[in-house]
Formats: sequence, C-alpha cells, structure tokens
Amino acid sequence: MAAGHASVAALPALHETPGLLGLSALGFNRAQSIAFLALLAALIVGPFFLYPVFLMKLLCFALFACAFNLLIGYVGLLSFGHAMFFGMGGYVTAHAAKVWGFTPELAILSGGAIGAALGVVAGWIAIRRQGIYFAMITLALAQMIFFVCLQAPFTGGEDGIQRVPRGHLFGIIDLSRDMSFYWVVAAVFLAGFLLINRIVHSPFGQVLKAIRENEPRAISLGYRTDDYKLVAFTLSATLAGIAGGTKALVFGIATLTDVYWAMSGEVVLMTLVGGLGTVFGPAMGAAVIVTMQNYLAEFGAWVTVIQGVIFVACVLAFRAGVIGELGRVLKVRL
Amino acid sequence: MLEDLLFQLELGLPQVVLGLVNGAFYALLSLGLAVIFGMLNVINFAHGAQFMMGAFVAWMMLNWLGIGYWPALVLAPLVVGAFGVVLEKTMISRLYKLDHLYGLLLTFGIALIIEGLFRNQFGSSGMPYSPPEILSGPPVDLGFMFLPKYRLWVVVAALVMSLVTWLVIEKTRLGAYLRAATENAALVQAFGVNVPRMVTLTYAAGVALAAFAGVLAAPIYSVNPQMGSSLIIVVFAVVVIGGMGSILGSVVTGFGLGLVEGLTKVFYPEASSTVIFVIMAIVLLARPAGLFGRA
Repeated sequence: MAAGHASVAALPALHETPGLLGLSALGFNRAQSIAFLALLAALIVGPFFLYPVFLMKLLCFALFACAFNLLIGYVGLLSFGHAMFFGMGGYVTAHAAKVWGFTPELAILSGGAIGAALGVVAGWIAIRRQGIYFAMITLALAQMIFFVCLQAPFTGGEDGIQRVPRGHLFGIIDLSRDMSFYWVVAAVFLAGFLLINRIVHSPFGQVLKAIRENEPRAISLGYRTDDYKLVAFTLSATLAGIAGGTKALVFGIATLTDVYWAMSGEVVLMTLVGGLGTVFGPAMGAAVIVTMQNYLAEFGAWVTVIQGVIFVACVLAFRAGVIGELGRVLKVRL
Repeated sequence: MLEDLLFQLELGLPQVVLGLVNGAFYALLSLGLAVIFGMLNVINFAHGAQFMMGAFVAWMMLNWLGIGYWPALVLAPLVVGAFGVVLEKTMISRLYKLDHLYGLLLTFGIALIIEGLFRNQFGSSGMPYSPPEILSGPPVDLGFMFLPKYRLWVVVAALVMSLVTWLVIEKTRLGAYLRAATENAALVQAFGVNVPRMVTLTYAAGVALAAFAGVLAAPIYSVNPQMGSSLIIVVFAVVVIGGMGSILGSVVTGFGLGLVEGLTKVFYPEASSTVIFVIMAIVLLARPAGLFGRA
C-alpha cells in the first residue's frame, strides 16, 4: 500500500522533470516519452521487417482510433458513427486523386476537409443529446451517410472507386512503390498522433476533460460546453477523414465497407482493447485488431464472433485495456 | 398540380399501406427497447440479433421439429426470452453500477457473436418460411388495393401485442411494481419486492417481444442472419424520434414512421431509405427530447 502511495505521489515529479530529450514539451511524462521513442523506433524499423502495406493499413486504423479516442477518452462522448467520416474521407480522397488529379497530399487533405464538414453538421445535431442517445444518433446519421454512398453516383455504389492512383507527392516524388508511400503514411500518422496529444494537453483539452468529469459544473464555471464538444467532435471527424483518405490511397480503392456500421464498431473495439483515454492505447488496440484480422481472415465469419467475444471480455473484465492495464502494473500513465 | 399529387397517391396507396407493415416491426422493436431501457437503463444493442433469433427459432422448429407457425409464435419468444434471462444473469447484471455506455458496448458484442454464429451455421443467404395456410389464401380486398392476408395479420398482431404490453405496464399490479422500481428501485426493494428478479424478467420480456416480431417477420422477409442488424439501426432512430418515455409514444412513432417511409416510396423513392434519419435530425433540432420524451 505504502509503495503504491509513494509512486502515485511521485508522478507529478516525473512529469516536471525536463524528461527525455525535451519531449515533455509535447506534454509527455517520462514513461510516455519512453513509449513515444519506442513507437518512433518501431515506425522507422518496422517496414524493414514487416510487409509495408500491412503496416500502412495498421497506421491508418491507428490514426482513426486515436481520433475516435479524442472523443470517448477525453470528452466522454461515445460516437457509434465514426465510419461516416472514415468512409467519406476515403471516397473523397479517392475521387480527388483519380478524377480531379489531385496530388496525394491534397487528396488526403480533401478527405480531411469532408470529415470536418460532415463533423460540423453531424456534431451539431448529435450534441443535443448525451450518453446513450448520442451513440444512437451518431449511429443513425452514419447509416444515413451509408445509404447516400450506396446511391450517389460518384461513389460507384457496390463497386466503389477502384484503381485510385497514389500519384506524386508535391507533384515530384513517385509514391507507387510501397516503401516510398510508407514514409508518407507514417508521417501522416505521426502528425495526427502529435496533434491529438497537443490538443489534449492544451487549455482547450483541460476544458474537455472537465466536461467529461462533470458537465453541469463546467457549465456553471462559465464554459459553453456545447461549443467545446462541437469543436472536439469536428477535430475528431477531420482526423478520421484523413485516416480514411490515407487508407484509400494505400489500397487504391474506396468501398462501402469503410462507411458501414461494422466499421464504426471496429474503431470502438480497437480503442476499447487498447485502453480508453490513454495516449498509446488506441494505436496499440488498432495493432492488435488489425493483426488479428490479418491472421484470421481465412476463418470468415469467425472473425465477427471473435470480435464479439473480445468486446464482451473487455467490457466485463478488462475495461482499462492493454495499455491501461500495463500502466496500472508499471504504475505510470501511458 | 394537386390532382397530379392525388393521382400519384392513389397509385401509390398500396405502398403506403405496406409501409404500415414496416411500421408494425418498428413499433414492436422500439417497444421492447423502451421496456428494457426503462428498467435497466441499458440500450439493448442485441435487440436486432434477438429479433433474428426469433425468426430462426421458428424456422428451426418448423424444419427440424415439425412445429408449425402458431405454436412457434408462442414458443420462439419463450426460448429467446430464456436466452435473455441467461444473458442478463451472467453478464448484463454486472454492469448496472457502471456508465450506461458499457451496457451498449456489451450488448453490441453479444450481437456480433450471435450474428457471426448464425452466419457460420446457416450462411448469408436467406431461407424461406411460408406463412400458415389460413393466412396464405387470396389477398383481402380493401377497396383500393389487395392486401395479402398475412401482412394484414402482422399489423393486427403488432397492434394487439402493443396494447397488451401497455395494459400490463399501466393497469396491472405487476406493472405498478415495475413503474415504481423504475422510479426508485431501492425503495421498492425495501417493501419486499424482489427487484433483481423483476429486472431479469423485464429484460426477458423485452427480448421476447423482439423474438415475437422476428417470428412475425419470418414469412415476409427471408430468414437470414443479417435481417436484424440493419433494422435495429432504423429502430434506434425511431426511438430517438419518439423518446423512450412512453409506451404509446413508441407505438405511435413506430407506425407513423412506417407510413412516412411508405409515402416517401411513392413520391421520392430515392430517399425512402434515409427519410427516417432525416426526420430524426429535424426532430433533434426542433425538440431534442423526442416527440413523446420528457426533457
């Protein structure tokens, strides 16, 4: 008991140490700095050991899960409709790259732009209710977007948008080789990851956490909580759109799978497995789930069953997730 | 202009009436969700899967055991309700002290498991289930259209079931206990009512309602593992529109939205799959608590 107490008391001190290589400027404590350096190393070394396309897929989902975690982990809003931003981001990026001939960075940014635009509208509607209703509303709105995508001519219906070219970065660097595109994807992920971390540790992020802990109290302190929630929702949607757009360029295809409700469920699962409200959890959860899908793909519908079992197990016995539990054992915040 | 519209409506009237059939399922499913939510504060994401189970149990009873439609209409809800008891006892009941969102996540996981297992066993293609002989004769002449007998029966059965549920909750002693426990469970328990058992049975009853709807649906839609999952999302929208405060509210909203969907099929078919979600958005902007909800 005494040991536990001492280490908890030591946490703020750890946080204040200049830390490793000045990483505390990013808001990381010492443990998080070490984890971040490990993540960086894995990003750099990864493609030399693992199939780059697999890693790129993993990074897209990791960014998607981090974006989702910004809402559930720091504002306490469970969105069950994030597939609409992910999927629409994919469609718009694919359309921009293929039909409009955008360079990849602009195509991915247009994916983020559609995520932002959708996020403002969906958020504006959904934040009128809290808790379970919020989840149901976002799910219903996402289903509406799914039907729109099913019927709209530009999405190609059941066929999707196929053979999307990756193009040349800034019009110069050819990205058709997987190894070259990997570094772009890694940079996009890293930028998104650090941006979210920056948001969480900003004064704005502190207000978000206050809303999560006690919304009426935040209101009574004079914060317009609805505005904060809407901004957070839009940021999350934007990053989800970027993640979806990047994934569309990785595989050269945008399909209905990414706007379907099952995708919304998957991102919830990834974040839950990794640990809600942890910095590294969503990325870890994405790694676990994408790897699992990769190895279990041949078992067909069993993947759904196993995902369901993981959901149930996480909710009943393992609510802190992998990173949450690890942090508890090591007595640090990750 | 107006004559044009009226002519179009006359042509499309059958669609509108068929919309009522969809409305019957919306009403029954949102009713079950509301009953469960009122008592457990859990949104039962597995509701669609349990609806599908109802249809499958009826199909299995017919094809494996030779049990026909009418017994199945009673037995299938009992079987699926018993399954609900197990779920509540072993899993859902552990979550009452936590954030309600965990109940949603748990039941979502359960829905995935059920759907996946049925897909493994039966594949994704649908299986036919023919309506009972007495309801499969020539369609009924309603004057302006011929309605298959079975669809008429679905609307009537859903209305009767809704009425029965309403009577049980509003007019019986058991219903009074239920409503009291919804308001203040601890106090009702102090009076010697076994509240945990009541909670279990409430969940089972809600699940049985979903299974009942599933049996009703079996002859109309082909019996397939995905039949519940897309339906349940629409029903969530219905629940948001109506608000989960009142039983009659769910029923009226369910049938009403079925009608609206039918009308949309006549006037602007492209929007028929999205109209309910659009209405949900409008209702949220105008009256966030829902049409029948308490703010």
